[in-house]
Amino acid sequence: MSKNTLFDKIWNEHCVREENGTALLYIDRHMVHEVTSPQAFEGLRMAGRDVWRASANLAVPDHNVPTINRLAGIADPVSRAQVEALEKNCADFGIRLFNMGDPRQGIVHIVGPEQGATQPGMTIVCGDSHTSTHGAFGALAFGIGTSEVEHVLATQTLIQSKPKAMRITVDGPVAPGITAKDIVLAIIGEIGTAGGTGYVIEYAGQAIRDLSMEGRMTVCNMTIEAGARAGLIAVDDKTVAYLRGRPYAPEQADWDKAERYWRSLVSDTDAEFDREITLQGHAIRPQVTWGTSPEMVAPVDAVVPEPEQGANSEQVTGWRNALDYMGLAPSTPITDIRIDKVFIGSCTNARIEDLRAAAGIVKGQRLAPTVKLAMVVPGSGLIKQQAEQEGLDQIFRDAGFEWRDAGCSMCLGMNADRLEEGERCASTSNRNFEGRQGKGGRTHLVSPAMAAAAGIHGHFVDIRDIQER
Amino acid sequence: MEAFTTHSGTVAPLDRANVDTDAIIPKQYLKSIRRTGFGPHLFDDWRYLDAGGLDVDQSTRRENPDFMLNDPRYRNASILLARRNFGCGSSREHAVWALAGDGFRAVIAPSYADIFFNNCFKNGVLPVVLKEEEVSALFENAGADTPLRLTIDLAAQSVSSEDGLSFAFEIDPYLKDNLLKGLDDIGRTLEHVRVIQEYESRRRSEKPWLFRTL
Ligand code: SF4
Repeated sequence: MSKNTLFDKIWNEHCVREENGTALLYIDRHMVHEVTSPQAFEGLRMAGRDVWRASANLAVPDHNVPTINRLAGIADPVSRAQVEALEKNCADFGIRLFNMGDPRQGIVHIVGPEQGATQPGMTIVCGDSHTSTHGAFGALAFGIGTSEVEHVLATQTLIQSKPKAMRITVDGPVAPGITAKDIVLAIIGEIGTAGGTGYVIEYAGQAIRDLSMEGRMTVCNMTIEAGARAGLIAVDDKTVAYLRGRPYAPEQADWDKAERYWRSLVSDTDAEFDREITLQGHAIRPQVTWGTSPEMVAPVDAVVPEPEQGANSEQVTGWRNALDYMGLAPSTPITDIRIDKVFIGSCTNARIEDLRAAAGIVKGQRLAPTVKLAMVVPGSGLIKQQAEQEGLDQIFRDAGFEWRDAGCSMCLGMNADRLEEGERCASTSNRNFEGRQGKGGRTHLVSPAMAAAAGIHGHFVDIRDIQER
Repeated sequence: MEAFTTHSGTVAPLDRANVDTDAIIPKQYLKSIRRTGFGPHLFDDWRYLDAGGLDVDQSTRRENPDFMLNDPRYRNASILLARRNFGCGSSREHAVWALAGDGFRAVIAPSYADIFFNNCFKNGVLPVVLKEEEVSALFENAGADTPLRLTIDLAAQSVSSEDGLSFAFEIDPYLKDNLLKGLDDIGRTLEHVRVIQEYESRRRSEKPWLFRTL
């Protein structure tokens, strides 16, 4: 009997050669966006090199694109230059691009799975740390820097040393109202933002199996926030069903063979992991971050901690700095925290299921008068269309939310969407770092339903109270 | 790539854990399509009192006198000292370009985020890993009136000061060799073109769906 983890299986299959413990890994799929690729294409040109296999690449602009008045183009000349550079590079090197105006345009990590370009057993890379998202399909997917982007473009491979394997089991089921976002924030709260450094994490357990593919993508997406290289979830019926009929899924002649292979993409029963962690699903409550790192997180029915309770002096200082930046006093109940803005979007939580969950809370309600802006930014043009067919846009608009075009938007505020100094935001994104959503902006990470409820009430509320009513 | 053999320089102490890439180089600078010009924007939000951007005249911005890099002792520093999990967050190599652009040749910390760590080696910047207590000892010395100067010897895998501090560090042999020689990864990989082609054609026949044109 073999004792391979899912990670071992994918790794071994892609190892082209090995030398002194360093592997040359073949890359099946490379996703490209406008921010981390221009210098890589420039490097190719300067060295007179071509792209190794153009058809392995899929490009889409997402970070800089405006989410309103798209027909008017990009007003900021610097943002525009970056998107135009992507256009030119894709044209010059023969790479498929979904440009602004194409309904398939959207956030790169949402577009790949949606198109079926993300498939089980693949190695998938992109110059973006949230490439971990694609691991939900049983693919080994990780973010790389621009020099590595150039390396993949030129050679279809990467030089890598093998990370260790961790398994996080979330025994299920979780309580009603608890989402994938709460699960992954609870995990990060448990192991810390560096808890996964040097590892690939496989998620297992009933709570994970019970999640839809959308939810699994949310969990894998935030794996990087735990410091791990990649997240992985074994293939099952849901994985296969999600892929069937997608534009770039295997064609009929190949489908059966592909499906048979995909179904082998699970860890062997006696596989050994370097580290194992188990969480009880029923103990997970709705999560809200209170600080400037995703590990600074608490259940909604708790209070902001006292820095003096930190585990060591480094943590005490870190918590103090965080509370100072966030403008929060220790011991404040999370539900007393009032917000100025709501952002529902990002590669973490801008899929159709996320929009449905938020709309379910918003329906028939009005935004609290103290909330200055609430925006919903679908993850792709196709998700936007789908939501409009379901009438979700109208529900949001009626409640006073803005309904935008697809892109990264206020997840990092590279386009015009950002927080002003001191503004506090309930956000479904993945990072609450200082200045992430705008200089001096204060971000609280929550699930889509929790963000929507905070918008309606003007402060955080326990989603379980609302859903019981 | 510039080789790294030995380097002597002044240490700038950044006494924070979990310093993320958004802090190292804020997003508005990621719009540049070049690899250079990021140096003045290293730690931009902490370093200046006024907001900055590619469209803001740098000469009009006031420095934040409380930020470490604006302290005369550390202005010419070339070794950054930080706490654990340095470089967490995004994959942006701009973070390393900003460090290198501002004259840093090495970072010393107890641990790093994986992608940042890899990116350093592609740009001739050495991320040295020392133990927590060794880093703490360096912090104590780096805060003195006379700034701490260190010599990092990559071949010998050592960090030392003139007044007797000396620590050894571990490093992956492949990464060490590349840095010592200043080698270009792509060039090295392309020495194996045949092996990659063979692998690829085998894969194409076994799993043809992976080669469907997008
Ligand atoms: S949505 Fe946010 S985290 Fe995701 S790719 Fe865009 S900027 Fe990065």
